[in-house]
Amino acid sequence: MLKTEIKTVLEEARTRGWVIEPDAKRLLSAAGLEVPRFSTVTDPDQIEPIVADLGFPLAAKVVSSRIVHKSDVGGVRTGIQSIRELTAVFETFSLMDGFEAMLVEQMVSGLELIIGAKMDDQFGPVVLLGMGGTGVEIYQDVSLRLAPVGTKGVDAMIKGLKAAPLLSGYRGHQAVNRDELTRTLVCFSKFVMAAAGMIESIDLNPVMCSAQKCIVADARIMLPPVDGPTAA
Amino acid sequence: MQNTGEPSKGPSKKSRPAAWDFKRLFQPKTVAVIGVSLKRERHPANVIFNKIHLRYPVDVFAVNPGGGDLFGQTVYTGIQEIPQPVDLAIIAVRAEYTLDTLKDCIDAGVGGATIISGGFAEIGRLDLQELLVDLARRHRFPFIGPNCLGIYVPGHIDTFFIPSERMVRPESGNVALVSQSGGVLVDQMTKFAELGIGFSLGVSIGNKALIRELDLLEYLAADPDTGVIAFYIEGFAHGEGRKFVQAARRCPKPVIVLKSGKTSEGMRAVSSHTASMAGDYAVFSAAMAQHGIVEAVNELELVSFCEALSCYREPIDGRVGIISPSGGHGAMAVDICIRHGLSIPAFNQEQQNRIRADLSSSVQPIAALTNPIDLTGSASDSDFMAAAEHLARSQELDAIILLLLPYTPEVTSDLSARLGRVCRRHNKPLTAYVPHVERYRMLIEGFEFNGVPVSPSIKGAVLMVKALKRNKPC
Repeated sequence: MLKTEIKTVLEEARTRGWVIEPDAKRLLSAAGLEVPRFSTVTDPDQIEPIVADLGFPLAAKVVSSRIVHKSDVGGVRTGIQSIRELTAVFETFSLMDGFEAMLVEQMVSGLELIIGAKMDDQFGPVVLLGMGGTGVEIYQDVSLRLAPVGTKGVDAMIKGLKAAPLLSGYRGHQAVNRDELTRTLVCFSKFVMAAAGMIESIDLNPVMCSAQKCIVADARIMLPPVDGPTAA
Repeated sequence: MQNTGEPSKGPSKKSRPAAWDFKRLFQPKTVAVIGVSLKRERHPANVIFNKIHLRYPVDVFAVNPGGGDLFGQTVYTGIQEIPQPVDLAIIAVRAEYTLDTLKDCIDAGVGGATIISGGFAEIGRLDLQELLVDLARRHRFPFIGPNCLGIYVPGHIDTFFIPSERMVRPESGNVALVSQSGGVLVDQMTKFAELGIGFSLGVSIGNKALIRELDLLEYLAADPDTGVIAFYIEGFAHGEGRKFVQAARRCPKPVIVLKSGKTSEGMRAVSSHTASMAGDYAVFSAAMAQHGIVEAVNELELVSFCEALSCYREPIDGRVGIISPSGGHGAMAVDICIRHGLSIPAFNQEQQNRIRADLSSSVQPIAALTNPIDLTGSASDSDFMAAAEHLARSQELDAIILLLLPYTPEVTSDLSARLGRVCRRHNKPLTAYVPHVERYRMLIEGFEFNGVPVSPSIKGAVLMVKALKRNKPC
């Protein structure tokens, strides 16, 4: 059974075909995943109190129903250090196609991973783990597994990555917190199983994994076409 | 594994009843060929009737509404006219007559059918096919096809409309091959026969309207004559892939799969990275590996994997020892092993000394013993035996590849059988490469009859070991 909040958000987004980032993050947070602390800005006057609450540095992203790939259109800014800078970003974003809001969130650091899901026609819900970031499709270093996945499944997925040594601390770099990564994937796969009839695919990219935490820095939830599979 | 929330629609949603009873279909004593022609001598049904009549130990009856006689045998006007109960009906009538024919078979108490006829889903007549399925399901009547070659059971029956003199048939053995394509099945049978790999059952499932991979997997898992179950698959229906891999995971026998259509991607433009990277084939391949199904990526892997797993069941880690009378062959085998994820642990000085002590005086000073072991062209049977004995006992190896080059003057034709027995005694899987030419036949059979899989190529011998490594979930 889906938590009502998850179900409501997915149903509301259905005609748009995907879930905008602030909603996606609320969903994932409700499902037990960690997301950065964030707020949305629709008016420049909101910037000061939000900055007072979140502090610097900050990341800002455009929220628009018409912009699925934000970074392709310059809709993602990171390392923002001042109110002046953030206000200028707001002005740029507000001119973008279908602008609804600016999402402002705390910067997180770590190894960039991608965690994803897809409803496969023949095999049902599938989860993905790989090296994330914008180059994800260039390197294609990913592991796939039928959901749900447990601890052993996550181990096998990590082992299947070429970059597996990077996760356990390569040449002086800190290892990612394996328990947190495992918890994140297991939790995510439960969410995917529960939402299976209502989603088409999900990209959590990047998921920032450090020695302490795994935090979902960006999320995109694609929904099936309206005549596609219906809610289970 | 729970499966809640999975979207399901169409026929796959119906709860699956108990397994089908295939006994009379696959082990028939009486067979009817429905749709023989008295006008066209080489009509496919006539070919089938003739070969069964002349070659197979079953009673066969020809059926055509016009009656008469065919090759001197009575043609019955209907299945109900046949004086004994019929186990298997081979239906080769035109598509529009199949439904009535199927009804007649069910009324006459036939045990099952293969529907050879085409003209169904493959040409857009899914409606016609669905009528057959509904009828058969209501009466729990198993049929293979339509649009298929049907079944082949060595020494017992085949329903292929290929004249006997054109077919290459594997001997009786423990490999079952289920193929969505009849052409692929026939072609693979040729390859299996060439390599001496025996069949328990071959099934061409064609449009797989009623009986599908999953049904046959369940049947073959329990079939005492089958030790290895192989599939040629083009694709699964909605949600069916998951059920298949879960059933294969429960199956105690090795399951091997060769997939075609690897490059076709979904029709819809994909807008997420995950959807783009988790394409149909990527998911297929991952699902197979996750459930311990051995995926063969090409035909050479398919035959090599079938042969290896028909000899050895136990999964291994993949640490290989190589013995050869030629340094070059050993080096090539190492390269192929590494490329396929197998490891070649080097022997330390002490281990090498122990092996060397057992070699003949002419080989002792010149053999290279680090792994691969190069016994040199001076090697005799006793040198091979000594090396094999040491490697078979080694705890650091879990398989041996023997590259047996019969050009070596001191090697006799008894060697392969003796090597096979040594490895069997120590329960160490051995695979071998022997050039497949007629004059080396006795060496090849010496391995085969002692349960050692032999390949005509170095690569094949390596792939046989890879099969053992892949035969476990990851």
